[in-house]
Amino acid sequence: MFPAVDARQVHKHYGSLHALDGVDLRVEQGEFFGLLGPNGAGKTTLINLLAGLALPDNGRLSVMGCDVVKQYRDSRRLLGVVPQELVFDPFFTVRETLRLQSGYFGLRRNDAWIDEVMHHLDLADKADTNMRKLSGGMKRRVLVAQALVHKPPVIVLDEPTAGVDVELRQTMWRFIQQLNREGQTVLLTTHYLEEAEALCGRIAMLKHGQVVALDSTKNLLNSVTGCRLRLRLAGALPATLMPQVIEQKDGNYLLALPSYQALELLLAELRTAGVAVQEMSLQQPDLEDVFLRVMKVEHEEAQSC
Amino acid sequence: MLSFYTLFHKETLRVKKVAFQTLLSPILTALLYLLIFSHVLERHVEVYPGVRYTAFLIPGLVMMSVLQNAFANSSSSLIQSKITGNLVFVLMAPISYVEFFAAYVLASVVRGLVVGTGVYLAALWFAQPPLQSPLWIVLFAVMGSAMLGAMGVVAGIWAEKFDQLAGFQNFIIMPLTFLSGVFYSIHSLPDFWQGLSRFNPFFYMIDGFRYGFFGVSDISPWISLAVVGGCMLLLTGFALALLRSGYKLRS
Ligand SMILES: Nc1ncnc2c1ncn2[C@@H]1O[C@H](COP(=O)(O)OP(=O)(O)OP(=O)(O)O)[C@@H](O)[C@H]1O
Ligand SMILES: [Mg+2]
Repeated sequence: MFPAVDARQVHKHYGSLHALDGVDLRVEQGEFFGLLGPNGAGKTTLINLLAGLALPDNGRLSVMGCDVVKQYRDSRRLLGVVPQELVFDPFFTVRETLRLQSGYFGLRRNDAWIDEVMHHLDLADKADTNMRKLSGGMKRRVLVAQALVHKPPVIVLDEPTAGVDVELRQTMWRFIQQLNREGQTVLLTTHYLEEAEALCGRIAMLKHGQVVALDSTKNLLNSVTGCRLRLRLAGALPATLMPQVIEQKDGNYLLALPSYQALELLLAELRTAGVAVQEMSLQQPDLEDVFLRVMKVEHEEAQSC
Repeated sequence: MLSFYTLFHKETLRVKKVAFQTLLSPILTALLYLLIFSHVLERHVEVYPGVRYTAFLIPGLVMMSVLQNAFANSSSSLIQSKITGNLVFVLMAPISYVEFFAAYVLASVVRGLVVGTGVYLAALWFAQPPLQSPLWIVLFAVMGSAMLGAMGVVAGIWAEKFDQLAGFQNFIIMPLTFLSGVFYSIHSLPDFWQGLSRFNPFFYMIDGFRYGFFGVSDISPWISLAVVGGCMLLLTGFALALLRSGYKLRS
C-alpha cells in the first residue's frame, strides 16, 4: 500500500532562504496527521509543493504513490487542499464555486455531494449567495467545501479553523473525522495545539524547514515527564522551591514537578514553612509543553554550535 | 477534457456576469469612434474608390474591438485571479498547461467575436459595407482574437500589478492597433511609415479582415494569413513555454 503522502529529502529555497531543508515525511493512508511548527517553519511551503503550487528544488514528493511533478494530474486528483489564505472568486456564488471546482476535477453531475458537503458545513442557506457577501468564517467553510468536492482520498487542511467560530469548528471536525473514519487521510496544520492533540494520531513538528519531532501524539505527550502544579498560597513560597516556579502572580504559582513523588516533598516543605495552601490543582502535560520543549531544545542546540 | 471545458466555461461566465463592462461598454466606445471619425472625415477622405469613408472605417473598428477585447479578456482575468489569489484553484486542479492556455485563449476569442459582432451590427445603422467573402472575415477575426488572447495570457502571467498590465496595453497594444490602418489605408502614409507598418502584425490582421468586406486590400490576404498564422504560432509557443516552466505562477 502506498503511503498517502511521501516526502523524501525535500529542499526548497526562496532566494537565500532555506524554506525546506531536507524534509522526510511519510503519512500512511487513513491517518489523521498533524503538521505543527511556528510561523515560517515551512508548513505551507510543504503543502504548496504537494499541491503543485510550487516546485521542489530537490527531493521527491508523492501522493498515494503518484509523483507530484511527473504524475501531477493523478496526484492532484487524489489531493484536496484547503489553502491557508482566504481566497475566493468574487464573480461567483457558493454553489457556482463548488460546481466549477467539481468540473476542474472532471466531475460532471456532482450536485448531490455538493449539497451534502454544504449541509455538513452549514452552508446550505448560503448556496446562492455571492462569495463577496460572505463573512470571513463562511468563506473559510467554502474553502473547506472546495477541497472536499471531488472526494479526495487525501485531505490537506492548512489552518482551516483560523477565524471559525467554536460551534462550526466542532461541526467541521465532526465531518472531517467522519471522512477520516471512512478511510480518507487527513493532514492538518494548526496553531491550536489542543485541536491537534485531540484529533491527530501522529504529529510532526517542523522548524526552520526541518522535521524536529515526529511521533504518535501519545508518545509525544509521554515524552514530557512529570506534571504541573497550580497553587494559591496564604504566604510566600519558601525560597528553596523557587527554582521550580514557571509562573508567579500575587500568591498564585505554577510549578513544574519532575514526578508525582515530588509532590509529597513539596507539601512537606510548605508545612514546615507554615504556609497554608488555599487552592491547588494538578495539570497533565499537554501538547503545548511538548511543543515548547521541542522548539526550545532545538533553539539551545542551534545556539550552542 | 471536462477540466478544460470548465475553465473555459468559468471564463465566459465571468464575462457574462459583468457584461456591461466587458461587452456593452466596448461596443459603445467603438460607436463613439465611428460617430466622430466619420463625421469629421466623411466628406474629405475616400480610401477605396466608390466606398464611403464610414463604410471603410467599420471593418477597421470592428477588428480593433475584436483585438482589444480578446487581449483584455485573458490578461485581466489572469491578473485579477493572481492578485486576489483565486488562481490557486486552477493551479491545484488536474489541468495541463496546454488546457490552461487553450481555455483562456478560447474565452478571449468568444469575447472578441461577441463584441465584434455587436459593433458590426450597431454600425450598420451608419453605413453598410459590402460582404464580399465572409469566410475571410471570420478567419481573420478568429485568428486575430486568438493571437491577442495569447498575448493577453503572456501579459497576464508576466504582470504583477494592474499598472504593469496597463503599460503593456498603452505601450504595445494601442500603438500597434492605431498604426495598423484602422482609420486609414497605409497607402496614404509616407513611404517610411508605410515600410514600418509592414513590421506590424496588426496591420495584416486588419488588412486581411477588410479584404473580406471589400474584396480589395493593401496586400494579398494570403500573405496576411501567413503572417498572422506565423505570429500566432510563435506566440503560442512562447506562452506554452512560459506556462510549462511555471514562470511566475508556480514559485
Ligand atoms: N513565495 C515565497 N517567496 C519567498 N519566500 C517565501 C515564499 N513562500 C514562503 N516563503 C518563506 O518561506 C518560509 C516558510 O514559509 P511558510 O509559509 O511555509 O511557513 P508556515 O510554516 O506555513 O508559517 P505560518 O504558520 O505562518 O503559516 C518563510 O520564511 C517565508 O517567508
Ligand atoms: Mg502557513
